[in-house]
Amino acid sequence: MLRLLNLELQKLLLNRTSKVLIFVSFVLPFTVLILSSIKINFFGFFTLELGELGIFNFPIIWHITTFFASQFKFFFAIVVVSMIGNEYSNKTLKQNLIDGLSKKEFILSKFYTIVFFSILATVLIAIASFFIGLYYSSYTEAAIIIRETNFLLAYFVKLLGFFSLCLFFGMLVKRSAFALAFLFILYILEWIIFGIISWQANMDLAGKIQNFFPLKSMYNLIDQPFQRVMMTKFPEKGDLMYDYAVHWYEIIIVLGWTALFVFLSYRLLKKRDL
Amino acid sequence: MEPILTINNLTKKFGFLTAVNDLSFTINKGNVYGILGPNGSGKSTTLGIVLNVVNKTSGSFKWFNGTVSTHNALKKVGAIIERPNFYPYMSAAQNLKLVCKIKGVNYSKIDEKLEIVNLLDRKEHKFSTYSLGMKQRLAIASALLNDPEILILDEPTNGLDPQGIHQIRQIIKDIANQGTTILLASHLLDEVEKVCSHVVVLNKGVKLYSGRVDEMISSHGFFELKCENENELLTYLETNPDFGTVKVENQLITAFLNEPMDAVTFNKLMFEKGIVLSHLVKRKESLEEQFLQLTDKL
Repeated sequence: MLRLLNLELQKLLLNRTSKVLIFVSFVLPFTVLILSSIKINFFGFFTLELGELGIFNFPIIWHITTFFASQFKFFFAIVVVSMIGNEYSNKTLKQNLIDGLSKKEFILSKFYTIVFFSILATVLIAIASFFIGLYYSSYTEAAIIIRETNFLLAYFVKLLGFFSLCLFFGMLVKRSAFALAFLFILYILEWIIFGIISWQANMDLAGKIQNFFPLKSMYNLIDQPFQRVMMTKFPEKGDLMYDYAVHWYEIIIVLGWTALFVFLSYRLLKKRDL
Repeated sequence: MEPILTINNLTKKFGFLTAVNDLSFTINKGNVYGILGPNGSGKSTTLGIVLNVVNKTSGSFKWFNGTVSTHNALKKVGAIIERPNFYPYMSAAQNLKLVCKIKGVNYSKIDEKLEIVNLLDRKEHKFSTYSLGMKQRLAIASALLNDPEILILDEPTNGLDPQGIHQIRQIIKDIANQGTTILLASHLLDEVEKVCSHVVVLNKGVKLYSGRVDEMISSHGFFELKCENENELLTYLETNPDFGTVKVENQLITAFLNEPMDAVTFNKLMFEKGIVLSHLVKRKESLEEQFLQLTDKL
């Protein structure tokens, strides 16, 4: 396993473009996070300090930071897609197989890399949130800090699922740009199907079915936190009650997609004449 | 003899096209094999199948004694197919390091093999800055990294300039002299003739011949003759049952033998008949002539 990971890391880290993209995908969310956590003084007119809004309080900080950090997953998605596209365009996939890598090992080396970077991203976001939280949060009891750390698990699963989808699209179309276009098409397609079902049946059923679609199920893992922040500000608005928790079945659905995407990538490669 | 690769009834179909048709042959240790065939005869497809990149339609093949999986067997094989494929953004040394990781070979081999192909001074340069000849030499170094039991080369001199072709051939000869089994696919016949002891001839996916190069055509060779008294010689040759076809081209008479006969006997015979030759050469058909005869039969 380490051999396969090592192999892929060498391919990635010696390539300047992917090195920059990896760097950006890790550094950008932190810059935003840290910038948002400092007090910004607008020329003495007013000061903006997001910490004052209570968004950096435990346990809500886990929700907020993972939600925002996951918006930056697109940078690493480009890396995932291009690490497949490059192997095809340089014909190095063929050479790797001739040199004695099996098709299974090839897919696994890509998958391990995805797992590795997902873990890395999760660990980094955990550390950053922890320290920002310690600094701003009104409550720092261990029990409260630990509460809702399952958002970290959700974050990890979300990244894993999304990158596996990119891996599959990369294998399917062999070209980085087209694979990214496919992601966009899938996004639109999910909404079109949602529209068709809600037109033919009803909104409620359509919403339930939509929760099983790949992109929507990944989104569901970390629902948008704005309503929640609102609720903490206006507790009397009980009718805005919103289900934001991480549910076990949401995780199962995404893990199911992940397994399917990796398996399909393997099947695709196995059937293909290179 | 120890078999390295055994192919049995291998068939590959691309839709309606049959690229490889019921092909069987065995590669034994220590010989230098050539796979000959015109473009599109199924050479590269056959190599692709045994190298795990093309899926077979039917039939089977086994590496060594058949107990190891194909991808593990390939770790003991060195192969270059078509064009050299490397990561353009890595240097030669980094590319070879990656191959070492795949094959499970010690990094110390890198410099040793770069030395053989004369690229040691360029090892830190990026692959994308290499000329085609250098790329091809790097590919050979890469294939040699694991000290392979068999080296497979598919059109190794394709697209190279004369110096490049010469360098690659020299490297192949040196490797062959060290006793490494080599399988060389090519449509350049003089290339195969110069280095191979055995050939497999393919046309349209069908095997026409496999065996030693010098036994490819059951022929006793031919004489090339010149003589002042041409007519007398021709009459003699046509009446002698030892000779088959006789051709005249630019005063050069070519007489094919039906029975073995050496030049000394023939010269003596002519002298006894009172015919004085001004030119006498005994030759065997070149591989090119043999190959064209074989492929024309279809």
